[in-house]
Amino acid sequence: MTEAVQKIKKPKKAWTPLFVITKRDTLPLVKRVLIRAAAIVAALLLCSVITLVVTGSNPLQIYKTMFSGAFGNSIRIVRTLYELSVLLVIAVAITPAFKMKFWNTGAEGQVLIGGLSTAIVMLTLGGRIPDWTLIIIMAAAATAAGVIWGVLPAFFKAYWKTNETLFTLMMNYVAIQLVECFLKIADKTGSNVVGPTTLSHGWFPQLFKTDYLLDVVIIAVITVLVYIYLRYSKHGYEISVVGESENTAKYVGINVKKVIIRTMALSGALCGIAGLLIVGGASHSISAETAGGRGFTAIMVSWLAKFNPLMMVFSSLLIVFLERGAGEVATVFALNKSFSDILTGIILFFIIGCEFFINYKLHFRKHSKEAAV
Amino acid sequence: MNAVLYSISQFIALSVVQGTPLLFGSTGEILTEKSGNLNLGIPGIMYIGAISGIVGGFFYQRTGYIIPMLAIIIPLVCSLIGSLLASLIYCFLTVTLRANQNVTGLALTTFGVGFGNFFGGSLIKLTNSDTPNLTLPYIARPYKAHIPLFEGTWFGELFFSYGFLVYVSIALAIIVTIVLKKTRVGLHLRAVGESPATADAAGINVTKYKYLATCIGGMIAGLGGLYYVMDYSNGIWSNNAFGDRGWLAIALVIFAVWRPSIGIAGSYLFGGLYILYNYMTVSMQLQPIMQMLPYVVTIIVLITVSLRKKRENLPPASLGLSYFREER
Repeated sequence: MTEAVQKIKKPKKAWTPLFVITKRDTLPLVKRVLIRAAAIVAALLLCSVITLVVTGSNPLQIYKTMFSGAFGNSIRIVRTLYELSVLLVIAVAITPAFKMKFWNTGAEGQVLIGGLSTAIVMLTLGGRIPDWTLIIIMAAAATAAGVIWGVLPAFFKAYWKTNETLFTLMMNYVAIQLVECFLKIADKTGSNVVGPTTLSHGWFPQLFKTDYLLDVVIIAVITVLVYIYLRYSKHGYEISVVGESENTAKYVGINVKKVIIRTMALSGALCGIAGLLIVGGASHSISAETAGGRGFTAIMVSWLAKFNPLMMVFSSLLIVFLERGAGEVATVFALNKSFSDILTGIILFFIIGCEFFINYKLHFRKHSKEAAV
Repeated sequence: MNAVLYSISQFIALSVVQGTPLLFGSTGEILTEKSGNLNLGIPGIMYIGAISGIVGGFFYQRTGYIIPMLAIIIPLVCSLIGSLLASLIYCFLTVTLRANQNVTGLALTTFGVGFGNFFGGSLIKLTNSDTPNLTLPYIARPYKAHIPLFEGTWFGELFFSYGFLVYVSIALAIIVTIVLKKTRVGLHLRAVGESPATADAAGINVTKYKYLATCIGGMIAGLGGLYYVMDYSNGIWSNNAFGDRGWLAIALVIFAVWRPSIGIAGSYLFGGLYILYNYMTVSMQLQPIMQMLPYVVTIIVLITVSLRKKRENLPPASLGLSYFREER
């Protein structure tokens, strides 16, 4: 008996894990920013090692080239500003749904279908009615198309819990093939794009003599409005509650189904408008590449900014800077354009990874003697 | 009669060839999703699998000595290593660091497609070729070798006209089905995907299962990329040629309601839908509509499955969520 007790009292040296992970309370803003900055710096270091290996030239030189690629002269600055704002508006568009934890991976398709509707209106009605009516019809068509593309998955999600990530993903390809179909009908030469010569009416007026700046202004307004909507309106509040817990939302009497559908309608509409801005406001052309993967990049932009529309200005600036900069590096050092995707990927991995250190805390095993006693 | 039979079996054979990359991809993704990881990085991993195989084959072909056995093994091993490393990135971020799976997956796809096109483009530049592609005929030959049985008959066309990877893909799909359905490991894996907290309480190492399923799944999917470049396109790499097949593979997962055995038939059906327009008298304009069919069919399946709510057809309950023991 006593032996047994002694055995219990003196167990074999217990195994303790190397570290234990616990959830952190919210870190102060400064620390959060510092951790993210450290991640970006680490990523940039790794990127420069890789570029060094690939190109064999001084990393500083490469970052200089990147900078000049993005901000080298006024044309480039305007172009960067435009790319930034387009990415921004798509990120802002998907944010309401994301805050609701509705994983909309279909922004690509929603933007494309908005662009496609714009192009169809431009092609069929262009020249027959005054331009300002045309633009109104274009806007209406693009918004409606975006709403349809957004509400369809939301409807099934709300009523039957159909997996929205997969549904919206599939809708992208339906939209892409519809665009391909339109290209084949509208353009008999068999090229992959219907350009400004065919879509010659319904262009947005120019601002400061460039096509891009009006888009930038419109997008800035949209961003601020969405920020206010999410932060100060009753709808915005309902979205956060549904995102935190659907059951809580039901208890306090929020109609969850209605919120899901309404929010996705808004999300889809904004994506459609993004398509309108790209086609009607800047490129005046449509192809399967009109959205150009921005629908997917926007998800990362929105997530990086922790779903805060104003912070998205910075996260989309980061991504656009990388894309434009690495594009320039590719040209100058005679590399492949896809190099920028690799760099973007690496930086994203680091930023995604560093969130762990913001949300969780590691407690390392103490190497003191007390463990042995 | 025989001629009709022959052309039908030819069509089926083409569908099989078209569907095999999808089958690899979907089998891998099913295995991954059964552990609760929604790996949207599969398209990227397939690119990485393809280019790693190409890189291995390229340098082997450069040596000048080609032994068919090595010509198969070197690209195969390179491809497996490439997709394993890519899956490890995903695992580390989502399982160990508990990052958002959608974001990580999409970042991995961006990275993987860029990786493929960058190294593909660089190799093309290395060869100083005039055309924007890279050809590895000697490496591809053993991959394309088929069993010389019943040649020229419909039977041979239907069953023996493929490279060995086609049979590998079917075998893998069957093995994964059996493992998931009939073995203890499969039961544990499904438990991890349905409710990691319960699995954890039952003493199952959730992290280990998630890692293993995602890495093996990624390697299987990577083989789809290898099959595509080596067999389907005769050892020719050109940038972006792989296209959106990775997403189609993810669509197939839903179509197969998370069962690799259904995935076999599904992938050939998708393959058939992909090439159907060649056989029908549709105008050029409607071709894209035909190519849209697999996606529309997938959406319809997704909706039907959720409407009927049969428990065994639903996605794994914890799909897309990270697991943290202390958070219940």
